[in-house]
Amino acid sequence: MSNTPKELKYTKSHEWVRTEKDGTVTVGITQHAQELMGDLVYVELPQAGVKVTAGKECGVVESVKAASDVYAPVSGEIVEANNALGDAPETVNKDPYSAGWMFRIKPANATDVAALLDATAYEAQVAAEKH
Amino acid sequence: MGHRTPLYDAHVKLGARIVDFGGWDMPLHYGSQIEEHHAVRRACGMFDVSHMNVIDLKGTGVRDFLRLLVANDVDKLKTKGKALYTCMLNTGGGVIDDLIIYCIDDQAYRIVSNAGTREKDMAWIQSVAARFGDVKVTQRDDLAMIAVQGPQAKDKVYAALGEPLRAAATLKPFHSVSVGEYFVATTGYTGEDGFEIVLPARSVEAAWQALLDAGVKPAGLGARDTLRLEAGMNLYGQDMDDSTTPLESGLAWTVALSADDRGFIGRDVLEKQRSAGVSRKLVGLVLEGKGVLRSHQKVFCAAGEGEITSGTFSPTLDGSIALARVPAAVEVGSRCEVDVRGRREPVRVVQYPFVRNGKSCLA
Repeated sequence: MSNTPKELKYTKSHEWVRTEKDGTVTVGITQHAQELMGDLVYVELPQAGVKVTAGKECGVVESVKAASDVYAPVSGEIVEANNALGDAPETVNKDPYSAGWMFRIKPANATDVAALLDATAYEAQVAAEKH
Repeated sequence: MGHRTPLYDAHVKLGARIVDFGGWDMPLHYGSQIEEHHAVRRACGMFDVSHMNVIDLKGTGVRDFLRLLVANDVDKLKTKGKALYTCMLNTGGGVIDDLIIYCIDDQAYRIVSNAGTREKDMAWIQSVAARFGDVKVTQRDDLAMIAVQGPQAKDKVYAALGEPLRAAATLKPFHSVSVGEYFVATTGYTGEDGFEIVLPARSVEAAWQALLDAGVKPAGLGARDTLRLEAGMNLYGQDMDDSTTPLESGLAWTVALSADDRGFIGRDVLEKQRSAGVSRKLVGLVLEGKGVLRSHQKVFCAAGEGEITSGTFSPTLDGSIALARVPAAVEVGSRCEVDVRGRREPVRVVQYPFVRNGKSCLA
């Protein structure tokens, strides 16, 4: 059973999004995504200052099995990247929603986050994918 | 639903991620393939290899049959229990499969070959055997197999399966012995110490549980692949196939061309290739930066283009390694480039194996 925290928002491409008190959003990949990938060995993260566009690739996760793009859930500017993942990419596998966070965005439009999937809708999508 | 070994339920109970492997539902890992890899190099891990094909050969004609069937020389099997790694070739010199032959006695041999080539191998073996009187070929689907590998493997096997198994303690590498219902061999696909144990399918669940209780970590196909590639061992279907000869696949050492009177299938093609000069060879590659080398990525060298046959991330070396088929003129120690996801990345050409005795062989 996939773990899908109720307070987060989600994308169709398996990113999760958490809105912080200061209005920035923290982004990572879901439990389901890390399970599909297997043990991660490399992560490529967008660095502070980089402008990202909703739905476009902005990073990469690579496992022994395959490489997969990470997509920006909203448009905006990167304010911070979790560069600790460089030496410990397996943190994403072990703790995808907390220590495995990947980058933080200052959204260009505060309303873009509301348009994302909620936990129920994301779980429904994952269930549908399995058939 | 694919074929399932007698340990399928045990894998599911352990939380294995099951994937298709050549038509078999097999465990890819039980949580982390990297942790399973480290467990084998540092302590002990075990693999369900019951999907592999065990074929028993009996009769006065078997030795002559094997002299024709395989590229290595069965006359090297001078003692009971000795094992031989060899390729089985088609008439074009291409590799039908790689396999191990164990000498049980002068008229009894056991072959262990790959799961994915089962039908192809059996059809070929039966058709060649038909040329000989007194060769009985029996596919042993009543048997299962566990590979226990790592520096602690042998002690764990004695603890789990009983003191009588210590009869295997004095076996040199690439030998075998029968102890009760167990057929124990000092062979493996990891480069570590350990045993491959063939046993009745009805006994394998209890044996697997006993090994778990003794502290052996279950390891899946993911770890199996990273371990064998570090150890420089070929994988049939990737590093060689029906269209490549052993000479182009890093397996010249398994071909016995010295005896003039042994006309094995494919010999004439290999001799022609050798006198003309083999144009391609298998080399090791190490990626200098971040990323993962993968099968079929193109390799660019001063001497020409090649292709990666097997690539992966090496947990023991903490970087990516590969085997690649490149022009024969490519030198060990030189640098080439590989197209990794659209970018040209530098790689170093190295001898393999990459890891021995749990440590890096690389300079």
